[in-house]
Amino acid sequence: MSLLTVDSLTKHFGGVKALEEVTFEVEPGEILALIGPNGAGKTTCFNVINGLLPPTAGRVFLDGVDLLDLPPYHRARLGLARTFQNIQLFGGMSVLENVLTGRHLGLPVGPLAALWPGAGVRRAEAHARRQALDLLDLVGLADKEEWPAESLAYGERRRLEIARALAQEPRLLLLDEPAAGLNPRETEDLMELLARVRERDLTLLVIEHDMSLVMGLSHRIVVLDQGCLIAQGAPAIIRRHPRVIEAYLGREEEEEESEEGRDGSLDSSPIQ
Amino acid sequence: MEAYILHLSIMAGIYIILTVSLNLIIGYAGQVSLGHAAFFGLGAYVSALTSLNWGLPFPAALVLAMLFAGACGLGLGLPTLRLKEDYLAIVTLGFGVIVDLIMVNLTITGGPDGLVGIPAPVIFGLSFRPPVRYLALVLLTVGFTLLVVHRLVHSYHGRALRAIRDHEVTAQVMGVNTPAYKVMIFTLAAALAGAAGSLYAHYITFINPESFGLHTSILVLSMVILGGMGSLAGSVVGAMTLAVLPELLRRAQAYQDLIYGALLIVLLIWRPQGLLGGGKLSLKFLRKKE
Repeated sequence: MSLLTVDSLTKHFGGVKALEEVTFEVEPGEILALIGPNGAGKTTCFNVINGLLPPTAGRVFLDGVDLLDLPPYHRARLGLARTFQNIQLFGGMSVLENVLTGRHLGLPVGPLAALWPGAGVRRAEAHARRQALDLLDLVGLADKEEWPAESLAYGERRRLEIARALAQEPRLLLLDEPAAGLNPRETEDLMELLARVRERDLTLLVIEHDMSLVMGLSHRIVVLDQGCLIAQGAPAIIRRHPRVIEAYLGREEEEEESEEGRDGSLDSSPIQ
Repeated sequence: MEAYILHLSIMAGIYIILTVSLNLIIGYAGQVSLGHAAFFGLGAYVSALTSLNWGLPFPAALVLAMLFAGACGLGLGLPTLRLKEDYLAIVTLGFGVIVDLIMVNLTITGGPDGLVGIPAPVIFGLSFRPPVRYLALVLLTVGFTLLVVHRLVHSYHGRALRAIRDHEVTAQVMGVNTPAYKVMIFTLAAALAGAAGSLYAHYITFINPESFGLHTSILVLSMVILGGMGSLAGSVVGAMTLAVLPELLRRAQAYQDLIYGALLIVLLIWRPQGLLGGGKLSLKFLRKKE
């Protein structure tokens, strides 16, 4: 059974059709890339999966559980984590505290237990701390645990955000443009990091514009254009898919016909 | 002179409880409240009325005051905490005005004249009428408040609160039940303000709505800002400073508010994070770097 099922997901903002009947599935253990030109609806798709936006129609299932009426924090409990396109760290906290916040769900102690912590609670905190330090080690920030998060360089912030999301021990991690704003070297480091992350029995859904990262990392690719799913399949197929090339580069034939073509044949044509 | 210093100390202690509780809402959870004096007043009236009408002993009146103020905090928090910043400011401001009007207009609260003859606390036969003993009682409550709040903000709950303050949406995505936390912290802060109200009522022995209006809300807010948002030590310093300062400025009474305002402006330009706010983390960071 697939880990994430996005079923006829539709999201309209007034007259703008950000998502139109988008259907795809993410299999456990795979890395699925979600690509498309600017304004294709990729981040909107994340926000709906996440529960930050209610869909106009359609459903999202995580491991068979209907997420529709669940608030974001409940979805997190079910194993959903994400990073943001514009990095959203807790600026007033230290690097370590940011990661520890990701362990929030791993500390199931009541309010009174936190006020008068017994040995069990202290053990749980110490355990969370060790895990957080391990994660900082993984992303190469171990020496900066005490730094205020806002003092980190851009690339480091990206990695901290990933460490924080990993601290949630999610089953499915949504990464929204993890390579945005990174230089080629940092992007290479990131790919290496994501490859290591993959070994943690984790499923990734990645929005990305950096094609070297997308083609090099993902098992499958889903392509959105103007809210519609226009193609999905293996990287080698997507690379040569005429509709994808058209969406990215435009078509040189008559305007009207391309409009026609859009509406007429937009029911997704998965190639697999 | 000694009696005067005792009086100032008792008042400063009561203000510390108020400031710490408001700091929980503003400094730690990042929410706004312009009606904190309302919970102070509710605590004072409940404690006074239960003592006067039902003859309840002080500890019971105190607990009832906390429960009632806390319940009002919960009642205000549940429907309103999905609001943000300026909207929340207006709602809490409105709440303060409503509570004030209720106190002025009800018969049971004595209307604008308030309540008189509130008995001094007697616990296990020991009267707390002498100011020295009352100061001990206040300090005990201050200590308890500081202990509870310190433990809370240094637990993982505190981390969750600061996460809400820094980025509510992200906190939610990371599994922090943000509505529950906001309501919880509003309730706790209201209950603590209620305790402060109870201590105030039984000390002054005479209360009227004037003490619990917008002016007091703003004063406590100034104490939080002066001391530093998100700093417990700051709240203690802020509350003591602004409790004592008017006495020092007594001679310049007509200019008191003017001097206040000027001081706050200078502070906000010179040290916007407040006297003790936000310093800890950056100091550690500097030390590490060297």
